Amino acid sequence: MVNGEKPSQDNNGRKKVLEVKGLKTHFFTGEGCVCAVDGVDFYVKEKEVFGLVGESGCGKSVTSLSILRLVDVPGKIVAGEVCFDGKNLLDLTETEMVKMRGEKISMVFQQPQPSLNPVFTVGDQIAEVFRVHCGMDKGKAWERAVELLKMVGIPDPETKAHAYPHEMSGGQAQRVMIAMGLALNPKLLIADEPSTALDVTIQAQILQLMRNLVEKFGTSVILITHDLGVIAEMADRVAVMYAGQIVESADIYELFDHPRHPYTQGLIGSIPVLGRVKERLEVIPGTVPELVNLPPGCRFAPRCKAREQYNLDICTQVDPELEEITPEHPVRCWLYKDHGDHKAPLSVS
Amino acid sequence: MVEKVTDKKIGSDLIEVKNLKKYFPVRGGVLQRVVNWVKAVDDVSFTIRTGETLGLVGESGCGKTTVGRSILRLIEPTDGSVCYEGQNIVDIGQNELKSIRRHMQIIFQDPYASLDPRVLIGDTVMRGLNIHKIGSKEERWDKMIDAMERVGLRDYHARRFPHEFSGGQRQRIGIARALVLQPEFIVCDEPVSALDVSIQSQVLNLLKDLQEELKLTYLFISHDLSVVEHISHRVAVMYLGKMVELAGKDALFNDPKHPYTKALMSAIPIADPRAKRDRVILKGDVPSPLNPPKGCRFHPRCPIAVEKCSQEEPEFREVSPDHWVACWMVD
Repeated sequence: MVNGEKPSQDNNGRKKVLEVKGLKTHFFTGEGCVCAVDGVDFYVKEKEVFGLVGESGCGKSVTSLSILRLVDVPGKIVAGEVCFDGKNLLDLTETEMVKMRGEKISMVFQQPQPSLNPVFTVGDQIAEVFRVHCGMDKGKAWERAVELLKMVGIPDPETKAHAYPHEMSGGQAQRVMIAMGLALNPKLLIADEPSTALDVTIQAQILQLMRNLVEKFGTSVILITHDLGVIAEMADRVAVMYAGQIVESADIYELFDHPRHPYTQGLIGSIPVLGRVKERLEVIPGTVPELVNLPPGCRFAPRCKAREQYNLDICTQVDPELEEITPEHPVRCWLYKDHGDHKAPLSVS
Repeated sequence: MVEKVTDKKIGSDLIEVKNLKKYFPVRGGVLQRVVNWVKAVDDVSFTIRTGETLGLVGESGCGKTTVGRSILRLIEPTDGSVCYEGQNIVDIGQNELKSIRRHMQIIFQDPYASLDPRVLIGDTVMRGLNIHKIGSKEERWDKMIDAMERVGLRDYHARRFPHEFSGGQRQRIGIARALVLQPEFIVCDEPVSALDVSIQSQVLNLLKDLQEELKLTYLFISHDLSVVEHISHRVAVMYLGKMVELAGKDALFNDPKHPYTKALMSAIPIADPRAKRDRVILKGDVPSPLNPPKGCRFHPRCPIAVEKCSQEEPEFREVSPDHWVACWMVD
């Protein structure tokens, strides 16, 4: 409890570690305002893996950078709240944010090699985390770094700590990133496509490592990826993003059993699943819209087969809100909601 | 009108690769002498049959792209033969090669790097027709438009530049470029890896449709086993320059024999939270092709390796009808 406020809880009684409300991050470019993140709401509970899934350009990476306030000019967080640890992160000073990053919230990026400093050894880079945040002396910090390398499964950690990033493979470098991310036992780890750049057998190792460590330390994770297979394996709950908005969110089993938004349905149907060969994959016609000068209405409307099927006009006129249609399963879609003269063509018991 | 490209019997051998090798020299020292070799492809043999899609899978560094390019002599093989319709194309001269190249085309992985940004895409697609001097100017234009329409583009797209198109559209342009010469055989080098999932399915369906309509033969190179399962008839698995398994699609996916193939399949995350599998998680990293392990190249990471595996390289042999494996532990 902070300042006498009631800790926010979800229906299961587990505390919310992070709550994002109405987040908007816009990029003010020469061509106009690119509304990369345009009204995003979600929360992450203690000890859960929350998946944020979507294709390129949907705004998932910018969302995570916004949480950590790492968005650079011409981007700017223009609205919303990011509630973490009883505070709104968007109100903190930069000094206070620096303390948050690494200690309370940390991040693992997609490409490990460009994210590591090429002129320092990996041991030094991990040790730096302890020197800066805990004021440890060099010797002790180095010891902790070697311990961490061992924990993430780097063979011969005492020697490998003296290696430079370019002397390591992609998989090893990613393990170093994970070690740095978990070094200070943060409450929340944001993993942005942590295994996408890796070969499939290495990806399996990294995901297994993350699962084990997260269970061991009780960290909450926001897992950002376009890979529905990774989400199905790792996440407890998922939000699907499209063109800067969340279009659907649910528990992992519920999402795959009952995907409600036409985009989610199309996404799931268009993936070849190992062991289940279909004659033809489902197709979502068309492409993702430009985020500048968006037309009114639902952003998915031009590509939506359901809109055609039910002959809905409202989709190109009014933007639907994200609303729960079954408990804990919000969807942003006119198929399930009435509005004025429009009657929802589908109902869910 | 782009018609059926071959009168050959479906299932006959179209391309036969024997003992293919490609070694890249590593130079060092003041005099830039050759100090080592990257054995990217090290004695690979297989056939591709008319009308089929042979999937070629493996992780980075396994040599699959080098195999694809060596077959077309975009990279010159170090050793071995590539027989197209019974004729070895490795030793033939440039002019003869050019006339055969009409029948063998390639679709590249990167839709952003494979189109010349300063050339109108109509000209890019027509280039092959110009090089082979096929038909008159008008006929070439018509063939180009026909190929574009086949892949779902329109005639007005011909007068635009690559940057005006999305990744998925550019990949379609790459397919049109490969099709316009009416080849029999197309090497598809990771054609959908750079595309978003919802665009991938469009392009995969298109490739499948074209194969059926035109009796095309594909070598489909990919690291994504789920995509390969969807589109292939037979599948070959490569590891560190060697082919370790080759079988019909159903045989490979239902009954993989090589331990690497099994690990590869179990490593793939499945888009179904209820799917539970026995996972084989390999230890260690993929070794470098500069210094491959002695004996079977997979033995350091193999869960069932025995002493023989570290000393002798296993042969690639047929262990059941049309199912080839290179492993001492499989009989």
